[in-house]
Amino acid sequence: MANFHIPFPRGKACPDVIFLRYEDMSKSDALPSARWTKADDKVVLEISGDWLRDGPPPKIHGPASHQAPDRYVTTELGTFDSILPAFILAQFRTANPPTGTPLEPSMEGLPAGLIGLLELALAVPEEIDANKDAPATSEIKKLGKASIRVWESLHQVADFTGQAVISMGRFVTGRAHFRAQDFWAIVQECGVQALPIVSLISFLIGLILAFVGNVQLANFGAGLYVADLVGIAMVREMGVVMTAIIMSGRTGAAFAAHIGSMKVNEEIDALRTFGFNPFDFLVLPRLLALILMLPILTIYANIVGILGGMLVGATVGIPPVLYWNETLSSLDMTTASLGVFKSVFFGAVIALSGCLEGMKCENSSAGVGKATTRAVVASITAIIVLDSGFAAIFTILDI
Amino acid sequence: MTAQQHPPATKPMITARDLTMAYDSFVVMRDLNFEIAEKDIFIIMGSSGCGKSTLMRHLIGLQEPAKGTILYGDKDFTATDPAERGAFTRRFGVMYQSGALWSSLTLAENIALPIEENTRMTHKAIRDLASYKLSLVGLSGYEDYYPSQISGGMNKRAGIARAMALDPEILFLDEPGAGLDPLSSRRLDELILRLRDSLGSTVVIVTHELASILAIANNSIFLDTATRTQGATGNPSELRKHSENPAVRLFLNRGEQPETPTEIPT
Ligand SMILES: Nc1ncnc2c1ncn2[C@@H]1O[C@H](COP(=O)(O)OP(=O)(O)O)[C@@H](O)[C@H]1O
Ligand SMILES: [Mg+2]
Repeated sequence: MANFHIPFPRGKACPDVIFLRYEDMSKSDALPSARWTKADDKVVLEISGDWLRDGPPPKIHGPASHQAPDRYVTTELGTFDSILPAFILAQFRTANPPTGTPLEPSMEGLPAGLIGLLELALAVPEEIDANKDAPATSEIKKLGKASIRVWESLHQVADFTGQAVISMGRFVTGRAHFRAQDFWAIVQECGVQALPIVSLISFLIGLILAFVGNVQLANFGAGLYVADLVGIAMVREMGVVMTAIIMSGRTGAAFAAHIGSMKVNEEIDALRTFGFNPFDFLVLPRLLALILMLPILTIYANIVGILGGMLVGATVGIPPVLYWNETLSSLDMTTASLGVFKSVFFGAVIALSGCLEGMKCENSSAGVGKATTRAVVASITAIIVLDSGFAAIFTILDI
Repeated sequence: MTAQQHPPATKPMITARDLTMAYDSFVVMRDLNFEIAEKDIFIIMGSSGCGKSTLMRHLIGLQEPAKGTILYGDKDFTATDPAERGAFTRRFGVMYQSGALWSSLTLAENIALPIEENTRMTHKAIRDLASYKLSLVGLSGYEDYYPSQISGGMNKRAGIARAMALDPEILFLDEPGAGLDPLSSRRLDELILRLRDSLGSTVVIVTHELASILAIANNSIFLDTATRTQGATGNPSELRKHSENPAVRLFLNRGEQPETPTEIPT
């Protein structure tokens, strides 16, 4: 006799909500088990006990058949929830590897409710995994795949940079199309709004350089040269590199996340179908904004860093006026413009890697996270690599 | 598979009393009064933007009513403390309008995660259970795909499979038929009926699909945008012919308004 039973105690938690399960009231709690037997060349699966998710795991007796059962015995079957049809389905599947046609196994002896569910589960044939990437097996294959990926990403970078140059060309000739409001919003976002963090970091960098320098130079009684050290280090290297690193964490990541989620929502496809060039519309304003703002931020960072050094100087007895004059005398126009010159390239690198990673983002929220990470890693790496390149070139040119 | 075969409704499982829903000062719907009985297949219908998803979010406790109460059995769901409410909601299975699958997990992992969290089943058994749930919605073989690798309709069906992961007592489905082809949509109807019949689940569905409303529902509420309150409640097959509210008849007859409510061709 089939009945609906209330397995939840009518206790405190939710006494009025009733969890219904199909069950035969004539049997009490019995351990779930499945027994394989063979009778007259027929494989029989005997299922008994309560098959419940929160109950004990089912016991399997006898050698599991490679063949799906021809008949079932369910006279001892008690309560069950989804784990029983899941178990039976798994038996069908192991016995019959996917062929693309619906399975029609025998369900003789199963209760009617269960047959209905199983028929539904079997109605659509199992998809044969044809287009899944087979995982690379040997180390050599893995190495090969990795090298191909590296080559492909270099290719993408080159391609993207090329597109950027062409797009700049369109901009100069007035054929590129983007919204001026977008551009100014980005300028504000990566300019004014970045000032507090840039100020803090460059001031502290100036301070640190001055402290370290002072300890060494004071030994030789050359304490005043702290001003030269801080000035040259800030203006040639630290100002621009620190600003670029801050901006790749701050703005490059934001570009990647923004463009990446636009891609996930098919917003980029929507732009394309309305005849916008997504590159001009999204990448170009970001690229121009950073190329414009990074040099300005760099000059600002240089000055703030020098002020940081000046504060240390004042505490060790160098009057600010003297410190300032010493700094000015150590810097010529060429030195002062080196950092600013580099910052133009760094700005382009940050914007391009943020936008590139955003554009090739996978269609999922996890993809947006990965794109952001890759954008920051790529731009910081590129900044440091470029900077060492510049250092080598400047040494050869003797500037 | 018609609604008429449904066993007579027993005591109400969910009751809404004078429910008013609002986003801050914007009132979406006011004074809703309806009952959902055990083993009902209950449809929430209405034009888009009228507040169907909002009503569903109220029923599962994601949003607080501006006024009125929601009772589960005799218990006031709106007044329970968070711990107790957690115990409640664990017996719900919910499919959100956009599928809301976790994109960093495969389909099988999406279904396995709630099971791992709530039971002590073995790894193999969980995997079998996930495969079974996927095959119920016609997605067997897609266990190791990520949500981004399958189509929108398939995402929706996988969302339904995940909602069923824990054999919920009440299944809430927000527009399950949208984005499904007619065959999948029909299979879904059949699945809902079978779940109700074999596991005794109550199913609350937000949908516009007339064919499936008439095929499976035995109870419904129509949310009327014009008056911002309920237009009608009851069995949609009957409302279609005999509702006193012309908006309800229009909706259930795809806008073809006959002369008098009783002369509707069938
Ligand atoms: N988070 C929200 N804040 C304010 N208003 C909302 C919000 N979500 C939905 N609404 C409004 O509530 C109404 C009902 O929305 P919804 O329940 O999503 O409609 P639908 O019936 O299509 O599911 C709409 O008018 C919508 O503008
Ligand atoms: Mg909705």
